[in-house]
Amino acid sequence: MGEPAIVPGGRRHVLDLDDFAAEEISAVLETARSMQEVLGRRIKQVPALRGRTVVNMFFEDSTRTRISFEVAARALSAAIVNFSARGSSVEKGESLLDTVRTIEALGADVIVIRHAEAGVPQLVAHAFGGSVINAGDGRHAHPSQALLDLYTIHARFGSIAGLRVVIVGDVVHSRVVRSGLWGLTTMGARVTLVAPTTLLGPAAYWHATWPEVTVTTDLDRAIDGADVVMALRLQQERQDAGLLPSLGEYRRRYAITAERLARAAPHAIVMHPGPMNAGVEITPEVATAPQSVIEAQVGNGVAVRMALLYHLAGES
Amino acid sequence: MHTRQLLDREDIRRAVTRIAHQIVERNAGVTGLVLVGIRRRGLPLAHRIAAALLDIERHSVPVGVLDITLYRDDLGLRGPAPIVHATSIPVDITDRTVILVDDVLYTGRTTRAALDALSDIGRPARVQLAVLIDRGHRELPIHADYIGRVIPTARDERIETLLVEIDHAEDRVVLVRSEA
Amino acid sequence: MSATPHRLVLTGGMLFDVARDSRHEGHLLIEGGRIAAWLDDAGLARLDAVPRVDVAGCLMAPGLIDLHTHLGEPGDDDAETIVSVTRAAAAGGFTTICAMPDTQPVTDTPAAIEYVRRIAARDGAVRIEPLGALTMGGAGTHLSELAALAEAGCVAFSDGDRPLGDPAMLRNALRYASMLDRPVCLTALEPRLMRGWAMHEGAVAHRLGLPGAPDCAEEIAVARDLALAAHTGARVQLGIITTARGVALLRAARERGVPFSAATTPHHALLDDRWVLGWLGTRPTEGLDPTRLPPYDAATRITPPLRTPDDAAAVVAALADGTIDLLVSDHTPRTSAAVEREYRLVPPGITSLETSLATALALVHAGRISLATLLRCFIDAPARLLGRPVPRLQPGEPADLVAIDLAHDWQVDPQRFHSRGRTSPLASQSLRGQIALTMCAGRIVHDDGRRPVVG
Repeated sequence: MGEPAIVPGGRRHVLDLDDFAAEEISAVLETARSMQEVLGRRIKQVPALRGRTVVNMFFEDSTRTRISFEVAARALSAAIVNFSARGSSVEKGESLLDTVRTIEALGADVIVIRHAEAGVPQLVAHAFGGSVINAGDGRHAHPSQALLDLYTIHARFGSIAGLRVVIVGDVVHSRVVRSGLWGLTTMGARVTLVAPTTLLGPAAYWHATWPEVTVTTDLDRAIDGADVVMALRLQQERQDAGLLPSLGEYRRRYAITAERLARAAPHAIVMHPGPMNAGVEITPEVATAPQSVIEAQVGNGVAVRMALLYHLAGES
Repeated sequence: MHTRQLLDREDIRRAVTRIAHQIVERNAGVTGLVLVGIRRRGLPLAHRIAAALLDIERHSVPVGVLDITLYRDDLGLRGPAPIVHATSIPVDITDRTVILVDDVLYTGRTTRAALDALSDIGRPARVQLAVLIDRGHRELPIHADYIGRVIPTARDERIETLLVEIDHAEDRVVLVRSEA
Repeated sequence: MSATPHRLVLTGGMLFDVARDSRHEGHLLIEGGRIAAWLDDAGLARLDAVPRVDVAGCLMAPGLIDLHTHLGEPGDDDAETIVSVTRAAAAGGFTTICAMPDTQPVTDTPAAIEYVRRIAARDGAVRIEPLGALTMGGAGTHLSELAALAEAGCVAFSDGDRPLGDPAMLRNALRYASMLDRPVCLTALEPRLMRGWAMHEGAVAHRLGLPGAPDCAEEIAVARDLALAAHTGARVQLGIITTARGVALLRAARERGVPFSAATTPHHALLDDRWVLGWLGTRPTEGLDPTRLPPYDAATRITPPLRTPDDAAAVVAALADGTIDLLVSDHTPRTSAAVEREYRLVPPGITSLETSLATALALVHAGRISLATLLRCFIDAPARLLGRPVPRLQPGEPADLVAIDLAHDWQVDPQRFHSRGRTSPLASQSLRGQIALTMCAGRIVHDDGRRPVVG
């Protein structure tokens, strides 16, 4: 039997934000601000993780997140190895855990894992002697994305408590939403989830874990006075699976348009975890409007992931 | 636990003034100087030296702060990773004279880390080191250019600097020896 | 284990009369594989030359019958062999296990049935009765030669854990089977509502980001299977019933007098979907503790999935009032390599022959079902479904019996299972009630290590 993610003396894994208290989130955000300063220097590299090895295990394509972790590891002087599941022994039938054991034997300190199946990071953390960072597992969790969203919101508003955050889109299938809810509610934000019923799921399911969250199918009402509006990527597969009649009908009811955004607070910001389907869940006009912080999110991702890698290095 | 006061508020004030005078003398004025305090207690000391320099030379010297956490060589050896605080130097240090300021010089490892950090930020013309206390036991070939007081210590002793800006207590330096 | 003497007395056991719900102490003389007599103390004294085994204080009952065991061998003897599964059965108190047809090859031909019977007779410590595959390969598209399978000795028909999705196909299968005097064991799940499922659909699956199997997948199938049973007149067993909604339909059918048999497992009655949450959940103040497991533990991946606490409570109520009349182990051995993987892709099933009785006894100890009900669900109802007389510990009956030490607390350690399968959600949990001794056809096939043959 393994041990919980928090061990005496420090954190060993980042599997989700469900075990992060507000103080720990604040500490990571503060460290990330310092990392942002490092990234602005003449030499964008510090020796903090010299001699350590980070392995990116991406079983699901995500160029953006993978490169973000890669740049973060290099900026901290860690060696980074990209393990590609394609063409690897995993494809040839070696089990996932055999691969993890091999990677451990080769001297890896941190595994950053992305997998299409929920729970794989927990499985890997169980078998691996080092640290595991979940870079997205199925619909379950994506803690580094949630932290960079918190960082982006904090950078704009100076605090998170009391803000009204509206998340629109395929929330039921979204790991960004689940990790985001842990982080946002822990930091005191008031969150509303908006989606058509087939992409929303029963309210009772949400309330069982996050009692404070509001769920609704009515975007126009929810967006009224919001401080933060986050649109989620809508995948074509949802229509193919019969969850939506058409992308057009979705767009008419749920796309973030300039008219809808006008109902939000005047200082509201627009976010999107990417990759974006401009013209579906968000209009190109809004995506590039002054209220949009979508580009800043990408940049902040490196600083936040540096903070996470550094945060775990305390436990050697 | 046994403690002994080494410096009081007045001793610290005089030491800071003396260091300021030595800086002016050594650098023939204050032109091109930057004071960089090593977090945490180097920062208020750097501000105090800057104030003394303003008194002496009627010229203000920029003050920056350096967090050396990311340059430490003991990450993971002492439990959880400490929070990294901001590094902020208001001017480009390239071709300037940087005076690093810290409260205590001991093994030299902190200074080594600070030098590494500085070289990533810019390329100063020269770097000098000012410390309130030099307690000996160097593990690296590092020396201070300006020293408030040299205090020989044993390795099992600890020097504690209290500064009103950080500790909200009257300025003083004490020597702490555990009874074990 | 050394050879059991031809004559033997089991001394000091408590006979439990299920019909009268009464117990009395006595000594049981076994001779030539059969029960020879019940003895009082005076009778025992006259037989002082006969070897004895002390089972004082233990509950004596006929051997349990499991209608739902997945074998392993033939096909996957890494997961389980006939030897290991029957030793596991003996350790769990079962003297007859009915083998699901999903072996390799699938038992969809008389040759496959005969092969299972042959290796069972050769290697088995207890009796194995094969089920025949209802459809070829269990694939649900072509009927197996059911009459030939019946002649070859299969005791029932089933497609294993694979639900038959097409109601027209199922109607034909039930009509055809109805002439062969064999029951049909159905999996009451609508497969089109189960696509890509990992666990029960509900708040826990939602939190863990796992695709869910909704309870209505069972409700719809129960309604359909009941309708087709009534329509065709076939003898059916619906299983494995796990939801409150499924139970409600069954109860209504019982009230209308529709004949059917319904099965559940002890783990579906006692565990729930919070076990998938593992230590992410809150530790209960009493009883079994799911927080000893990590989240997404492979030992919680079961078909049908563990449902909500309310569903489990409804299943217990259904056992108590007879709506559900059967308890089955659904023993499904897996190699560790097979389960060390992504949760949703873990082949469902746990190693349960050795824990089923003790798990069910937890319901008895908690006062939620009676001991008589438990024994009826494990002994009488399975026998009836197979069309056999209800086993009783009477002179002349085969000596298939079990002595249960009801008060003995033990900790589940899968590494010590006789089964080769090691996946158990109950690992490290404390259970009360252990098999002291199991006898099959007069042979001691298991004991708890404290039952020497004396004399």
